[in-house]
Amino acid sequence: MSARDAILGRIRGNLGRDGTGESTADERLARHQVGPRPKRTELSHPDQVDLFSTMAEEVDATVARVRNLGEVPEAVVEYLIAHNLPARLVVAPDGRLDDVPWESKPTLEVHRGVADETDAVSVTPAFAGIAETGTVMATSGKGTPTTLNFLPETHVIVLREREVVGTYEDGWRRLREQAAASGRAGTMPRTVNFITGPSRTADIAMTLYLGAHGPRRLHIILVGDDDG
Amino acid sequence: MQTSQAFRENAVRAIADDELRAALDKVRQGFGGARRQAAVDRLPEFEALRDAARDIKNHAIAFLDIYLERFEQRVVESGGVVHWCETPGEARDLVLRLCKEVDARTVTKGKTMIAEEIGLNPFLESHGIAPIETDLGEYIIQLADEPPSHIIAPAIHKTKDQVADLFHEHHQQYGKTQRLDDPGKLVDEARQVLRRKYIEADVGITGANFLVAETGSTVIVTNEGNGDLTQTLPKRHIVLATPEKIVPTLEDATTLLRVLARSATGQEFSVYTTFSTGPRRPDDLDGPEGFHVIILDNGRSRLVGSPFQDMLRCIKCGTCLFHCPVYASIGGHAYGSVYQGPMGAVLTPNLIGLPTTRHLPNASSLCGRCEAVCPVRIPIPRMLRHLREKGLGERLVPLRERWAVAAWAWIAQRPRVYRLWARFLVGVLRTIAGRSGRVRRLPLSRGWTGGRDFPAPQGETFMDLWRRAGRGKT
Repeated sequence: MSARDAILGRIRGNLGRDGTGESTADERLARHQVGPRPKRTELSHPDQVDLFSTMAEEVDATVARVRNLGEVPEAVVEYLIAHNLPARLVVAPDGRLDDVPWESKPTLEVHRGVADETDAVSVTPAFAGIAETGTVMATSGKGTPTTLNFLPETHVIVLREREVVGTYEDGWRRLREQAAASGRAGTMPRTVNFITGPSRTADIAMTLYLGAHGPRRLHIILVGDDDG
Repeated sequence: MQTSQAFRENAVRAIADDELRAALDKVRQGFGGARRQAAVDRLPEFEALRDAARDIKNHAIAFLDIYLERFEQRVVESGGVVHWCETPGEARDLVLRLCKEVDARTVTKGKTMIAEEIGLNPFLESHGIAPIETDLGEYIIQLADEPPSHIIAPAIHKTKDQVADLFHEHHQQYGKTQRLDDPGKLVDEARQVLRRKYIEADVGITGANFLVAETGSTVIVTNEGNGDLTQTLPKRHIVLATPEKIVPTLEDATTLLRVLARSATGQEFSVYTTFSTGPRRPDDLDGPEGFHVIILDNGRSRLVGSPFQDMLRCIKCGTCLFHCPVYASIGGHAYGSVYQGPMGAVLTPNLIGLPTTRHLPNASSLCGRCEAVCPVRIPIPRMLRHLREKGLGERLVPLRERWAVAAWAWIAQRPRVYRLWARFLVGVLRTIAGRSGRVRRLPLSRGWTGGRDFPAPQGETFMDLWRRAGRGKT
């Protein structure tokens, strides 16, 4: 008997399963039952955006707010100067960032693709912002390689205000809706990252230090929906 | 590495270790309750979430066989492979085979307790493959060639100076010849050294906090981002997991995640929570080409339907260690096992048997703090008592202890004898103590009186007081 059959058989025997239970489990899987969610997220959308911003700053992310994608390059340049960072960006080759007018800031050197060791600053879109804890939800895909979220020392996330939701469950619901809308119902991207502040560790003498392996700085540019 | 049978000697040595005491004092101040409490106070829904978390795990275990099959099916549909192993030996051989298939020379590892449980690192080394721990705490103890002393903070017993010495000794080969003193600089140096390792590694091994039956996803939680680099950069991602990590849906995982970070580190959410499903997709720009999930049983399926089934709810947050007065005094190494503290005292005997671990259930005052803070409400004290009974029943306990327990049981079942005996003892102790009210030495109780005086009873027995107050019927 294979290890698989032995393990599953032992569990089945110890549970006293008599061949039933499949429908209960499958019904439970299909229901996506939600547990208690923090009341603090039950807010109007503008207040959820504010909560997101407050919570993100609490975990050492920085947040800048701009009116539209057109203002993103200016916000990026300001941030780079304030932190004395090189004006060289690796930008996710994703459609959501195609309308950012990088050429408006000729000092910026922009290349689009995956990150390598030499990239100091990445710019990526996000799938959602979770107000509950100031968390950014990011998914992998053809325009959003996962390494952009982890290799560079500074990670800049361009998040649309309309992408901010209250809870993680709201994020899952949107992900399922998007999969269904693009003909991939029931599937997941290879990677879904929930990112809450920059990388940190307290493994040396319980002293908290930012920038363990992932980015040392996380900057979120919250973009208003005023694209007119 | 398994030294649970020498628990008493280990504990005595630990208590005499001044550097360990200094480190543990810092732990008590940092994690011994205040941080968790602050996070809990900010979330009025926390107690309701604990109930929900417990119910989810109970449900998942009640349908464990079915959910495991669904999980496997979804992993396969997304292009991955699920492997099943009964024993640590099978799991080690399998990991080695999966590494050799891609001609792996180096393997990076995210923090996985299952790898510790199966002794993976020495095994890979003996077959010419270099495992590199990437969690900073695990990296430190790998350099020190020591086992972890806490399930979520493996190097918590190390002082800053000890880490500085280790890095100074081991980083010379990378041209880092200066001994650093500042914790931040030490973190930076480890970051630089490990950066190259991620990129060179052929295989990345991580654990899993949860397995999601609905989607076939594995979930890891880190603060450093090491797990993500480990599983994204190499050709092959191997996940080491155990059957009870299963939860039904993404929403269920979410509920558990809400209690996990708050319990573990007092954070509202860990920095990186990552759901991985299958290998990279055809149009993905990065990610592993192979995704292999190993489900190791190592005795866990035997706990299903047993008095210890509740232990399978454990989400390895480590808060019972942080809140345990015994752990706070002796640290993790004294337990002589991969899992320490209250949860380890229940889990270890169940995984490797009571004969070599019988001291662990006794390493508790049964004060109940572990159960009071457990995010999934595991009745740890009840199970510790159960294991003590089992040790007695299986005659693992020395004759004198067994005799003492039998004598106590005999007396306790005979109220008249018990009252006479209690009255007699109270009188004797008061006489020995004299005016000081304290007994300095007692026969058969050197374990107590060796370290402190025994306070003599101050009055009569409880039953005598009760009767005099006119409340008893006798």
